[in-house]
Amino acid sequence: MKRINRSAKIRNFHQAKWDEPIIFELSKKGERGILVPQAEESIVKAVGDGISNIPNQMRRKESPNLPEISQARVLRHYMRLSQETLGADVNIEIGQGTCTVKYSPKVNEMLARLPEMTELHPLQDEGTVQGILEIMYQTDRFMCEISGMNRFSFQSGGGSQAVMTMASIVRAYHDEREEAQQRDEVITTIYSHPSDAAAPAVMGYKIIYIHPDENGFPDFEAFKAAVSKRTAAFIVANPEDTGVYNPRVKEFTDLVHSVGGLCGYDQANANGLFGVTRAKEAGFDMCFFNLHKSFSTPHGCGGPAVGAVGVVTELEKYLPGPLVDYDNEKYFMNYENSNTPYNIGKVRIFNGVAPVVLKAYAWIMSMGAEGLYEVAKIAVLNNNYLFKKLMEIECIDAPYIRGKQRIEQARYTLEKLTEDTGITSGDVQRRMMDFGMHYWTSHHPYYIPEPMTLEPTETPSKEDLDEYVAAIKQIVKEAYESPEIIKTAPHRSVCHKLDETSLDEPSEWAISWRSYLKKTDPID
Amino acid sequence: MTIKGFKNHPYIPNSVPEVQKEMLEEIGLNSLEDLHEAIPDFLKLKNNMNLPKAIGSEYELRRHVEDILKKNKTCKDNLNFLGAGCWQHYVPAICDEINSRGEFLTAYGGESYNDFGRFQALFEYESLVGELVDMDVVNVPTMDWGQAAATSIRMASRITGRKEAVVPKAMDNEKFLIMKNYCSPDIQLIQVDYVKGTGQLDLVDLKNKVSEKTAAIYFENPSFLGFIEEDGQKISDLAHKYDAISIVGVDPISLGVLTPPSQYGADIICGDLQPLGIHMNYGGGQSGFVATRDEEKYVMEYPSRLFGIAPTSVEGEYGFGDVAFDRTSFGNLREQGKEYVGTQTALWGITAGVYLATMGPKGMEEIGQTIMQKSQYATERLNEIKSIKSPLFNSVNFKEFVVDFNETHKTVQEINKKLLEKGVFGGKDLSSDFPELGQCALYCVTEIHTKTDIDKLVAALEEVLKS
Repeated sequence: MKRINRSAKIRNFHQAKWDEPIIFELSKKGERGILVPQAEESIVKAVGDGISNIPNQMRRKESPNLPEISQARVLRHYMRLSQETLGADVNIEIGQGTCTVKYSPKVNEMLARLPEMTELHPLQDEGTVQGILEIMYQTDRFMCEISGMNRFSFQSGGGSQAVMTMASIVRAYHDEREEAQQRDEVITTIYSHPSDAAAPAVMGYKIIYIHPDENGFPDFEAFKAAVSKRTAAFIVANPEDTGVYNPRVKEFTDLVHSVGGLCGYDQANANGLFGVTRAKEAGFDMCFFNLHKSFSTPHGCGGPAVGAVGVVTELEKYLPGPLVDYDNEKYFMNYENSNTPYNIGKVRIFNGVAPVVLKAYAWIMSMGAEGLYEVAKIAVLNNNYLFKKLMEIECIDAPYIRGKQRIEQARYTLEKLTEDTGITSGDVQRRMMDFGMHYWTSHHPYYIPEPMTLEPTETPSKEDLDEYVAAIKQIVKEAYESPEIIKTAPHRSVCHKLDETSLDEPSEWAISWRSYLKKTDPID
Repeated sequence: MTIKGFKNHPYIPNSVPEVQKEMLEEIGLNSLEDLHEAIPDFLKLKNNMNLPKAIGSEYELRRHVEDILKKNKTCKDNLNFLGAGCWQHYVPAICDEINSRGEFLTAYGGESYNDFGRFQALFEYESLVGELVDMDVVNVPTMDWGQAAATSIRMASRITGRKEAVVPKAMDNEKFLIMKNYCSPDIQLIQVDYVKGTGQLDLVDLKNKVSEKTAAIYFENPSFLGFIEEDGQKISDLAHKYDAISIVGVDPISLGVLTPPSQYGADIICGDLQPLGIHMNYGGGQSGFVATRDEEKYVMEYPSRLFGIAPTSVEGEYGFGDVAFDRTSFGNLREQGKEYVGTQTALWGITAGVYLATMGPKGMEEIGQTIMQKSQYATERLNEIKSIKSPLFNSVNFKEFVVDFNETHKTVQEINKKLLEKGVFGGKDLSSDFPELGQCALYCVTEIHTKTDIDKLVAALEEVLKS
């Protein structure tokens, strides 16, 4: 036999395509997916059918129009849909900049699915939940060490809700000082996450954006002009989504403090900073970490997640309660906070998403301080290696801080490629799918034209990075030689180019199967 | 002490020193230390952080965490009657099977080209919940019921241009606090009393509090205290009389037997998906949904992502995408969009979809009926205990009910402590949130409770009260 040639750098990929019907199309009258427990005969004897006493107007007359499907078919359907999803377990997930999609260790998931975690009711007696309380308490301590803050709450169910929690604390703080009326502005930057603007806006704040200077740092002169007695808070990411770290950050926070405002640190981009620098030294009064990003817990298609909010001692009383404490004998829920007059109340029911905290705890325990430092170093190394390789491609550029290191991610521009070939970043994005990869363009609006935002994290290997670069190179080559293949991409994905016209048209959009059936004519 | 890294870590392939060296050379640096030159020295830590030393192996890590978790006592090994916003239902094996799939578990913000299955599964979840609540639009899930209710009120406020919402006094205090924080500072929540004997929303008080300033009336069915709110239509009519919006919070597992609120005038329905195939997870299984009619004025006010079905360039192929994406804060408008969107609880949405597809119409009807029979049996058996009144309110209950312990001359706290010694988790103590009720507890009975379980509760309570 001749040796099979495996030297090609580009993967000959094809996504699983099952062409599954919509689940309602699988329905067959009479089929059952599961049998449910029935009341025992003696119960029926005692209380009857249980439903005759429902007041007539509250008794459902027609069964819900759910599909009737046998169990194996339901399973097969969803297994096929899972195969049509390119999660980070199967893909080199370098392309989801700002999202820190790293390896989620399987052992942590297994631990979180033990009945000692899943079968706990949040209102159980404290004596029966000492294990999970210990984990929450210890994780709070770890987060404090990592950030320099004094206390953490795990209630927020994601980064955006964490920003909302910080904005709520800002409001409570100024309320207590009777300055809430006067302080109605929150300052952020254009390269911080949109939620750093949107969540405070829900809380009633006017948003002021700082644009970058020519180096990509938030413009300090513009910032000085924006800070005033109206400033309630400055909420910012550092590094921002460009991967540019603002070295003058302490001057920014000092300035805000000098007028009586607070500083909140969006640490969604913390992965390159563990053990290197902290929120406290940079002058922040509060911060949040995404446990589902930097701390490895899986993203779950978009949650469940935790945005862990940490604060300095002075702001502790505003944190949503209860907090977990330890009296040297047992762990307990401390409701002291909930009873202080300016406390913000609650942001999520019960005590947050405890299994996510558990997974983050296990991850930190598998890292230690040295491991976290290694995470930061390798996340930055990987990013700068990727950056170097991509910048060697002529039509790829990245504005700002030329010749200097980025932190853990970078926002590139394909503007030259578009000018030369007409191929946009959106086109390249679709074509990447044909190589089993993905990337994300940018938040909107696109301040950097034809954007591409990549964040490799610490978990891909050098070979993974090289494969990713090879795919981009291949697409760039195609753009100049055979652009049609990119314009019509993807070709080896589950579906082809979407016709998006109906999605913004009220008379046509269909957000459910029943709506689709109502809005479209049957085919003969 | 100086700062040290962790070489050859199994989760960090490039922590291999030789590879690092090669990569550093490629980018023209001598050492890893040079990578953070952008950060000024005075902001840099000088020593390793003070954290526990890394556990040496995966096996030891597993033992370590398992040993901590063993300190928990579970609802599986004990007999649990706690509900109050998080409920113990049976989780079909298929639900865990699907939400454990690595492809779903580790997907995030991809496009439908790479995450096609995620888009289809969430579109189907929207469609399945839509059938359950009899509405045409359902969102990709939000955090929990409290967040869903708060967002529903903000939606109503934007639609009506009004800044007051009327809510029941007899609701979960934690949920109320979530709503209050989220609706501040501009929307005022006004609480409406309940009728003493029945617990039903007090329509007289309601009429006094609804006006031309009212954006919405929010009420729950079943109510927080477990009974069926009978006057749903009258309440909705009153809202509509003032051009306000009727919002109903609902426990979706009741909807195989109870009328969906859309059929008694609800314009917005919200609730929690946790009963639909999601473990309690110490409160981490909560997941909120919002549903409305397919009217532009409602659709355009959702802050959430809404996945819609659409054609592709190939005939006969389904495609999926974001409906009216620019209304969200992820669109060009950012904070001028509707509230904010971000990571919430999508995996629980997929799970709830799997649950509803598995249960089908028959399963949902039967589970509703079983829950009603078992909870009625529990109510009646408890009422046989001399000093106990069960249920306190003279209304029909779904799966939860208030048990009155006032005549036992013991506090619920004392009683629950004794029950715990017998391996029984008694109902939620209502004495601090509902002081007017004195010593009462909210008990929850679902399909998982057998007759033996309920009889065991009754016997345990009899013993506790005797002592």
